[in-house]
Amino acid sequence: METTFNLGTIDWLIIFIYFVFVLGIGWALKKYMKDASAFLEAGRSLPAWVTGLAFISANLGALEVIGMAASGAKYGMMTVHFYWIGAIPAMIFLAIFMMPFYYGSKARSVPEYLKLRFDEKTRGFNAFAFAIMTVFSSGISMYALAVLAQVIIPLEINWHILGMQIGEFDFYLFVSALIVLVYMVLGGLTSAIYNEVLQFFLIVIGFAPLVIIGLIDIGGWQGLKEKLPENMIHTWSVAGSPDANPMGVEWFGILVGLGFVLSFGYWCTNFLVVQRAMAAGSMSAARKTPLIGAIPKMFIPFLVIIPGMIAVALTNIDALELPLKEGTMQTDFDKVIPILLVKYMPVGALGLGLTALMASFMSGMAGNVSAFNTVFTYDIYQSYIVPNKPDNHYLKVGRWTTVFGVLVSILTAYVARSFNNVMDFLQLIFAFINAPLFAAFLLGMFWKRTTGHAAFWGLIGGTVAAAIHHGLTLPASAAVGIKGGYISLIHTYPSEMAQNFWTAIYAFATCLILTIVITFLTKKLKTDDQLRGLVYSLTPKVVDDSRYWYQKPGFLAIVVGVVALALSIIFW
Amino acid sequence: MGLDIKIPIGLMFSLLGIILTIVGIVTNNNPEMYQQSLGHNINLWSGIFMIIFGLFMLLTSNLIKKKKITLE
Repeated sequence: METTFNLGTIDWLIIFIYFVFVLGIGWALKKYMKDASAFLEAGRSLPAWVTGLAFISANLGALEVIGMAASGAKYGMMTVHFYWIGAIPAMIFLAIFMMPFYYGSKARSVPEYLKLRFDEKTRGFNAFAFAIMTVFSSGISMYALAVLAQVIIPLEINWHILGMQIGEFDFYLFVSALIVLVYMVLGGLTSAIYNEVLQFFLIVIGFAPLVIIGLIDIGGWQGLKEKLPENMIHTWSVAGSPDANPMGVEWFGILVGLGFVLSFGYWCTNFLVVQRAMAAGSMSAARKTPLIGAIPKMFIPFLVIIPGMIAVALTNIDALELPLKEGTMQTDFDKVIPILLVKYMPVGALGLGLTALMASFMSGMAGNVSAFNTVFTYDIYQSYIVPNKPDNHYLKVGRWTTVFGVLVSILTAYVARSFNNVMDFLQLIFAFINAPLFAAFLLGMFWKRTTGHAAFWGLIGGTVAAAIHHGLTLPASAAVGIKGGYISLIHTYPSEMAQNFWTAIYAFATCLILTIVITFLTKKLKTDDQLRGLVYSLTPKVVDDSRYWYQKPGFLAIVVGVVALALSIIFW
Repeated sequence: MGLDIKIPIGLMFSLLGIILTIVGIVTNNNPEMYQQSLGHNINLWSGIFMIIFGLFMLLTSNLIKKKKITLE
């Protein structure tokens, strides 16, 4: 199957118009960037629907789109667990219980909240880990864009500039980095958020025709079901034991590992998404942000997972052939979306689909760069390097941090290209650091006795526990090494995903227990007065000022919860 | 923030919608082109949908609201 795109003039025109608008938004925002808060926090002024769409769009980067389509092809409907159970409950919890502290405390970032609630070292640990993680994620996103672009739009570039050879990979990398750099330097966080909203609509409008035509071709949902094995079209009914489903996971791992530890850890503590809610214009808008985002989030599986399933169903009836990964005998499921675009979309609609894909790569980068900017400027630069300067100074530093962040991302993209193992290793370390995070936040927000020392050592302990658990276990049919088992092998999981879920469960439990024990052994250093607005029992309950009952976060939360539950039952 | 995001979204989708609609109308008599999309003129349908969406965004944006206020 040919994956090279035959782009017409119209397709190029559509891509070009998109770039003009992306840069135009940055240019139009420039005059509003008068202080550091406008640049790094979007001036806390955006309406809830904008921050809500950005909230899920920041997570809908191209790696997610391509990864979820690939997962749909490999595991089928079970992939929706990453949405319905693996996102919605956490988003509701963030909106109802956690947003009042994040937004109400006036903290400018998640690490800053940790400093207010706990202490300097807990903030430092989180800030440095997060800053490094975002820059690397941004670099990986750029790398993936350049790799995909050179496969689908070959431009035959071979330039020699200043003695350096510039190929297609370099060209795509630098062009995309430059565009992101320009609109981020001009408009800061607002630019990133606005482009995420733009990208959201592009993905929906660009991919919907693909799904519709694909479904018509395969004979609708019924036809799709008939052409796939039984265990690929259910979500929970095949989750009784790991042998019953292609994912190799069981209901407890999904419910607790994915649905609770990993999901709450990501959606409730990751500054990349929480930052979008913190940019909202009021407490009510901040709390509605995750809930408004949750509505499209529930239906995104139909746009990204169904194409993967359609592709596999088509190969099952020999109507499509998926390519193999270079140099292996394994099917390359990452190419599902580009292949279906080529198969079904005529010139015009093809350009639109491709633009949507590119938009999601760029906003994947920009989202990480914007979160990096804020954490670096406020939590590292202002806290440890040059404190107590006038606001204008930090605005300038914020701008330069953007340049710095993009440059390091480019560097990372080259590292990713040359040393794939380095990237796997780093992502593993980040997974260890993230796994216990939610335990510290949960105790910090709902138990006023929790001390800073306890939270810090709980986090370190949880990270170590994750590493130890990973070192003692291995997924079935994997070799000892980066996949685990490097300490000694005491347990084998049916799949890598099952191992991930359980690593998270052990890390969370360790952090929870350690933090509770150390809290009792250490003195409470913060007075109740200092903890006002940061801890549940010491904060007055938020009274929502929405005019109508159906605009209140509580009502929205119920609607979102009921719909997610209904979807889970329909596709049981 | 001073810029209403509905304005660029509305402009971009209206513009892309007009382009796709024109492409769709011009190529409507060309069944070969739409063979791959099972005979459906995707360009025309997406184009019309995008124009409606773009106009909806523009009509509900600050651009229109501000004008109304100044007229009153």
